[in-house]
Amino acid sequence: MDNKRQYEVVFIIDPTADDEVSRLTESFTQIVTDQGGVVTKAETMGKRQLAYEILHHKDGTFVLLEIEGSGREIAELERRMRVNDRVLRYITVRVDEDRRRAEKLKDRRARKAAKRPAPGSQARRGQAMDFAESSGE
Amino acid sequence: MATNYEDRMRGGGGYDGDDDQDRRPMGGRGQGRRMHRRRVCRFCIDKVDLIDFKDVRLLQNYLPERGKILPRRISGNCATHQRMLAEAIKRARNIALLPYTTD
Repeated sequence: MDNKRQYEVVFIIDPTADDEVSRLTESFTQIVTDQGGVVTKAETMGKRQLAYEILHHKDGTFVLLEIEGSGREIAELERRMRVNDRVLRYITVRVDEDRRRAEKLKDRRARKAAKRPAPGSQARRGQAMDFAESSGE
Repeated sequence: MATNYEDRMRGGGGYDGDDDQDRRPMGGRGQGRRMHRRRVCRFCIDKVDLIDFKDVRLLQNYLPERGKILPRRISGNCATHQRMLAEAIKRARNIALLPYTTD
């Protein structure tokens, strides 16, 4: 399957359950793998202060998962996170479309940069020659 | 003859420049109270194609004290990048990386 979707999932774990961070991350990774998805990156972003209180917590441990798959594993993962008391908040963002778009823009820019100087200078030279001819008449 | 053509060419080039300059005072909503220099989109200059919602350091530049998203007329962002920025800020707010409000 070429059209695999890519997701970024960030979730916040209760800071009082700090020793469970790796265990939770592993179990979530397992859920994704069971559903046929691939976790391409699992990164603990560390303990951070929350911008506002969530369930009376002022800080939390942020974990980032990058997942590749069909989308079904996301549904299962979100269901599990919703039920889990240790997970204060989660967000899933589909990134493949935006990344592809960014790639395209980058390519176009590179092509333009490679293309532009050559025809531009040629055109200018062409015009100058036209003027030279008209002045001759 | 040749010099005439050249003059016209120069005039044409000059008009384009003038148009750009005419637009600047218009952007200041008349009144002429404050003549702000038209700012350019910083993301365009840096050739940013993607704004990451996890990049708090970057997003914070566009959240003034109150926590509201800085409007485009002040930051000078282009529409495309302002949209990407607003989206990123809203995502960051959702997971408590950025505040919805600050008192």
